[in-house]
Amino acid sequence: MMSEFVLKGGQVVGPGGVADADVHVRDGRIVEIGVGLASDRVIDCNGALVGPGFVDVHVHFREPGQEWKEDIETGSRAAAAGGFTAVVAMANTDPAIDAGHLARYVSERGADVGLVDVMPAGAITLARGGTHLAHLDELWAAGVRLFSDDGDSVHDAGVLRLAMDYLSDLGGIVAQHAEDRTLTLGAHMHEGAVSARLGMRGMPALAEEAIIMRDLALVELTGVRYHVQHVSTAGTVHLVEEAKRRGLPVTAEVTPHHLAFDHREIERMDPAYKMYPPLRTESDVMAVREALGSGVIDVVGTDHAPHAAAEKDVPFDDAPRGVIGLETAAAVVNEMVPLGPVEFFERMSVAGARLLGLDRHGRWLEPGVPANLVVFAPEVSWTPHHFASRSENSPFKGRRMKGRVLATIHDGAVTYEAS
Amino acid sequence: MNDFLTVEGLPRAELTSLLDLSDEFVEVLARPIPKVPALRGRTVAMLFFEPSTRTRMSFERAAKALSADTMSFSPGTSSLSKGESLKDTALTIKAMGADALVVRHASTGAPWRIAEWTGLPVLNGGDGAHQHPTQALLDALTIRQHFGNLEGLQVAIVGDIRHSRVARSNIAAFSTLGATVTLVAPKTLLPVDLAGWPVHTAAAIDEVLDSDVIYLLRIQKERGGASVLPSLPEYVSRFGLTWDRFARMSSDSVVMHPGPMNRGVEIAPEVADHPRSLVEPQVANGVAVRMAVLFRLLGGEADDV
Repeated sequence: MMSEFVLKGGQVVGPGGVADADVHVRDGRIVEIGVGLASDRVIDCNGALVGPGFVDVHVHFREPGQEWKEDIETGSRAAAAGGFTAVVAMANTDPAIDAGHLARYVSERGADVGLVDVMPAGAITLARGGTHLAHLDELWAAGVRLFSDDGDSVHDAGVLRLAMDYLSDLGGIVAQHAEDRTLTLGAHMHEGAVSARLGMRGMPALAEEAIIMRDLALVELTGVRYHVQHVSTAGTVHLVEEAKRRGLPVTAEVTPHHLAFDHREIERMDPAYKMYPPLRTESDVMAVREALGSGVIDVVGTDHAPHAAAEKDVPFDDAPRGVIGLETAAAVVNEMVPLGPVEFFERMSVAGARLLGLDRHGRWLEPGVPANLVVFAPEVSWTPHHFASRSENSPFKGRRMKGRVLATIHDGAVTYEAS
Repeated sequence: MNDFLTVEGLPRAELTSLLDLSDEFVEVLARPIPKVPALRGRTVAMLFFEPSTRTRMSFERAAKALSADTMSFSPGTSSLSKGESLKDTALTIKAMGADALVVRHASTGAPWRIAEWTGLPVLNGGDGAHQHPTQALLDALTIRQHFGNLEGLQVAIVGDIRHSRVARSNIAAFSTLGATVTLVAPKTLLPVDLAGWPVHTAAAIDEVLDSDVIYLLRIQKERGGASVLPSLPEYVSRFGLTWDRFARMSSDSVVMHPGPMNRGVEIAPEVADHPRSLVEPQVANGVAVRMAVLFRLLGGEADDV
């Protein structure tokens, strides 16, 4: 890996706006920002935006246990190709990340691969079983900051309250996959006009909102930092907005696919569009777009969820849930939400780093700052056909997209360059 | 026509033409030797991934009456129980030389996927609670035989509509052919969202006893239909077609049921056996409409009829 180069002819994004400038990187850090900088190695940016590398608070790298879908190496490659320099890997692996040694395994594997910082999320309950607390102190000591039983809600209010009380002392974040399974039994799509026509059981918007309503009351009681994963309904947006207005320590994320598609996509019964929470209505899509624009939703989390081709090549009901998202996220956000460059990097990078307390990522560019960077061309169109991820279960496969990652720099090394 | 997967969106002229063709096969089936050589040498494979008696036998009878060969598949004894994927099963059957597939599957959309994978003509024999298009044809044919036309008829569909592919197909076919459809069920057995559906609703069977056709549906225990009711007796008291209610219906009206019937629940035994019950003609017409669809899909020559 080279240790010195200049990002030439880009528009450097800072908190106040953009400026035409070159960025000189050496030994892992930015050494100079200015015009006419020179080096033996030059990466031509052609007027693209140069900003802090993206941070994804929600990915599934499937290791340990389901490496045929993805592993930390292929997942890291996908992250780099998508412009990410740090990701949070969810704990629903096999075994679940519910103890310190497991969390350390994930972060060390990530460091060995060296393409992106892989921060493990910790399970809230043992084996994500929902009944006993996971080894929260151990997980914290191993560097875990965000705790989630993602894939399932923590349903039991008593257990969740214990976790919240416990983690509020440490400053940990309780992140919830909000889905009341008593309202979603046997369902694989949004409950509404499309599910009724297809004769499929539906997951009502309320299944998400009911969990969040209850959780917000528990947040008020315990004071814990609370993060709403993959907001998918207008009702959830409203709840988050209200909670923030009341001063509760609440943050929220939205996935690229919930910004792009509504439940009418399911009419083709194509498992490429199957995920939980499901694609909702047009007005829900409008609400989450607007909320990401205004900052009510703080960050984009891809919920990158790889599945092997054969697993998805079955009828809709029988397919596993989830879609990949790392390599297309920036383009989707660029296209779906009218953000200025500063807000774009705020939602894609800065806010995520702040949420996780990362001091090496999500920092506006200045000399001395660790070189975790992305070069992103918002006007360049492309069509994804193949992916760096081991899996290709993307609803964006073959769709023309606007906004392309040209290069990713992690700790001063180029981890991706568009060909 | 490449596949026959749904009646949704099928224009009235197309439906009518299929019914007209079915009438011809009704005539064929009444001959001393009820068989034509139209599909000699062709093979129709039956892929029933869900239990079925009448639909499967009806398709087999239809294929054989057209002189086609048939192959059958049942999931319990097949390689599916050894872990083979649906896709591989479908491709295997294609490789054996099937010319068309009849598919029934518990998952919505499965016949579409199989059509995509195999490129063969696929007849939807029922997918989840979504569509059952040949049932809609046979029901429309039965009503047309009895009344001459569906235009202006009042048809009430009573029972577990939420979990019923028969209801979804019949609503589309009946309304396209000009009937007015009223759905009668407790809210837990109605689809969650009826916006845009060409239907009226009623909350008790007593409100629709003046219909021309009362079409009864079974509570689908296997799709969770029973768990959304307080009890079957309570269901019968508000939605069952009892003898007493049947007696209040017009003497020109008829009763239909796609089977299998649960006598004493949605339909009283005396009603099921009454001359104004069209259950048997429905079953007989099933063979004719399936002949019509197979004939259309496999391109039989009109001279062979």
